[in-house]
Amino acid sequence: MRSIFKHVVGYSFCIFSLLGMLAAEERSARLVMSELIMASGDEQTALIEEIENYGDPVIAEIYQAWRTGGVYTLKSNTDLQLLEFTAQQEWVSVASGDLVSLSEGDVANVKKERAKRSVRKLMKGIIDTLGLKAKDASVRIDSAIKMGRSQKPEFVPALEARLILETSSEVKEAVEEALAISLLKNGNADQKLTAVKDLAAMKSIAARGFIDEVLLDEQEASRETEPLAEASANALLVIEEHLKIMEFLGSFFRGFSTGSVLLIVSFGLAITFGLMGIINMAHGEFVAIGGYTTYMVQTLFIDTWGLSSEAFGWYFVISLPLSFLAAAGIGLLLEKTVIRFLYRRPLESLLCTWGISMVMQQGFRLIFGAANVQVNNPTWLMGNLSLGGFSMSYTRLFIMFIALLVVILTWLLLRKTNLGLHIRAVMQNRGMASSLGIPVARVNSMTFALGCGLAGLGGSVLSQIGNVGPLMGQQYIVDSFMVVVIGSVGNLLGAGISAMGIGLVDQLLQPSLGPVMGKITVFFVIILFLQWRPGGLFPTRSRSLED
Amino acid sequence: MLTAENKKEIGIFGLVACLLMLIPGLNAWGPDGGLFAVSSFQVSLWGKYLTYAILAMSLNLLWGYTGLLCLCQSLFFALGGYAMGMYLMLMIGDRGAYQSDLPDFMVFLGYQELPFHWVPFNNFWFAAGAVLWVPGLVALIFGFLAFRSRIKGVYFSILTQALTYAVCLLFFRNDFTFGGNNGFTDFKDILGYSLNDSGTTRGLYIASALLLLTTYLITSGLLASKLGKVQQAIRDSENRVLFSGYSTTSFKLVIFILSAMIAGAAGALYVPQVGGINPSLMEAAKSLEVVVWVAVGGRGTKWGPVIGAILVNMFKSYTTQAFPDYWLIIMGSMFVLVVLFMPDGIVGVYKQVKNKIAQKRSLQIKEA
Repeated sequence: MRSIFKHVVGYSFCIFSLLGMLAAEERSARLVMSELIMASGDEQTALIEEIENYGDPVIAEIYQAWRTGGVYTLKSNTDLQLLEFTAQQEWVSVASGDLVSLSEGDVANVKKERAKRSVRKLMKGIIDTLGLKAKDASVRIDSAIKMGRSQKPEFVPALEARLILETSSEVKEAVEEALAISLLKNGNADQKLTAVKDLAAMKSIAARGFIDEVLLDEQEASRETEPLAEASANALLVIEEHLKIMEFLGSFFRGFSTGSVLLIVSFGLAITFGLMGIINMAHGEFVAIGGYTTYMVQTLFIDTWGLSSEAFGWYFVISLPLSFLAAAGIGLLLEKTVIRFLYRRPLESLLCTWGISMVMQQGFRLIFGAANVQVNNPTWLMGNLSLGGFSMSYTRLFIMFIALLVVILTWLLLRKTNLGLHIRAVMQNRGMASSLGIPVARVNSMTFALGCGLAGLGGSVLSQIGNVGPLMGQQYIVDSFMVVVIGSVGNLLGAGISAMGIGLVDQLLQPSLGPVMGKITVFFVIILFLQWRPGGLFPTRSRSLED
Repeated sequence: MLTAENKKEIGIFGLVACLLMLIPGLNAWGPDGGLFAVSSFQVSLWGKYLTYAILAMSLNLLWGYTGLLCLCQSLFFALGGYAMGMYLMLMIGDRGAYQSDLPDFMVFLGYQELPFHWVPFNNFWFAAGAVLWVPGLVALIFGFLAFRSRIKGVYFSILTQALTYAVCLLFFRNDFTFGGNNGFTDFKDILGYSLNDSGTTRGLYIASALLLLTTYLITSGLLASKLGKVQQAIRDSENRVLFSGYSTTSFKLVIFILSAMIAGAAGALYVPQVGGINPSLMEAAKSLEVVVWVAVGGRGTKWGPVIGAILVNMFKSYTTQAFPDYWLIIMGSMFVLVVLFMPDGIVGVYKQVKNKIAQKRSLQIKEA
């Protein structure tokens, strides 16, 4: 007991000291700035040199205020206060960053402080390169790229200095690229040549336009045969090639992610339609149920813990199973009340479920309003994973992961559990299964609920990449039916492959044909595919004649 | 030789024809006020219902008598409508908002001259022909591909729905030269008669009524013919027909094309009476609505689709006005209830009740 207590104390001490350190650096940046403002002459120059080592954005903020006359001094009997009048019409102490409330009399007594011309000149370089020293690596990368693209000669030394100091390899690459781009304009002939060669080796897409300029300049000066012009032309070719590969990879990635979305949505359909023969036109509305469940969980989390809290990140993890359960529950209810009368009439199930989808759509409108609702991404799904210059958004990757999970879990359920055995038996021969003692009615309910639940899960995932609204499921429903038909009805593996195939073909066609023509082409490809294989990818072989 | 059944049918047909003509008659010569006054607005409203009824009949030909649940009927309807709409657009001439010979939307999109495929639509009879052959051609191509690979049942429904969806997307595009999502509107006159004229309204109504009666006659004639017998046999057991040596593909194709043409003609009469057309008319939901009209009226019956189309649409206009927030819920639940409890539609209710009573009686007799 005591040792646990000791640990707790130890850890909290660590955390506190860590916080203290962070705060210390923050405060000192402010402190140095406040000293700088109050100082004069050589002292000021020394302080400016000191501030060069800081990467805190607060420096830029304070300097901006100082330059534009937003910093004031207030002399009172005991001490001298340095205050900043912010855009929010508040007084902030420069040294501490704390809010200060001033009386009317104080406000009348403040004196404006303005940066001197000599200071402004020195400070400008520091402020412009501030981003290079930021704590956040992505800020450093952004600022390096910006500085490179501006091609201003004054940034070259700063970039060179950073290159030596920088420890992170990612940032280092960005700085190298920026430096090379900058040297394309500012370097001497030798430097230009090495820069072009470096950029070609880096396959820098950002440098394309700048190398183009170099080439044009060389051509104007009729030096086409010089090494610089040749290297530039060569570099452009290399980069162009690289760009094409990247675009192709991008289409591929988007294709897989579109395919994953289709897969999640259509797996539920493959179960209700393929295995049970029920054409669930309300499938899209079950997707919407998943979306709205996610929205409700999110709202609950925001109300309880707030949008920026740690806990908020967990809302999505919790909403995934809840969406499944909500949709499955409503699906179960629907099966018990309506669907079970329609097992022998598949065409009529289409009409009936369409009526249900109308009711559900209007229900969403009445409860949540006709407009789309806002679902935020949790922070851990924001951003991109970058692999060799090719970036993939975490959301899309997560969707692929969920799709894989859905496939595995459904397969396990159908192949390894008793329920799965019953489901397959009922699908193969309802009458025979019933006479062997399988509770057909219950199996039907469970299967339908499972299909609807998967739709709900799909809706929850879709809320991260699209809108959540009463019609959110409608846009996927036609595509999903296609997936099921192509993948052979009742075959989940086929559904998976066809979802990926349709997603890929769709995305590979889109760059050249545009989204609408791409979709139309996909549709005609599907019709032609069915000429070749009328039963889909994996037709069920059977001696019985359906009629 | 006329049987009693035939006589009854002819009687009903005559009665319906008289009832249909009552509306324009009352509009032209009836009193100005009171119960029997019919305004021009009502004439065109009923004209619209009649085109819906024809659309429902064309679907019934497929679904009710051939067993093909087609979800692209609204596509054929809209194609016919667009063909007629092109003619009507060109008839506006330079009376449009931009006072150009080109239709307004083309001026807006910066066209210099009429696209070549629009030129022949200056001729009414070419347009009238296109109303039939365009949907017919689409049905021929799609039907040939679909029936050849033995796509049937639910798969046929899904593919037809996807076809509608694809073409609908196409028509929503501005560069498809059919006005994008605004479609056609602001028509002025047809064959030189102003569309605002009550005489033209009556004329269009009468044309719709005649088309409806003709469609009825075609359906009856077809059902009595050998082709019709094969058609109904396909519905009941396609494989048996196939094994008896009939090429079911060709039979289905013929019916499919015929039905598409009828739907196209209905669409062509719909557009001038409503005064516009846009791609939302061919959305997948519209086709499903047609299916619902047939289901409510009674599929596989001669008058059922007509009754269904008119009643559902009247009910729809009433509920959208009376309960704007709940009409979708009311309509949706109605479909569910109809499918569950009235499998033969309104027309079949009488028979359903009679059977129920007979069943009960026989039970009572047995018990006694």
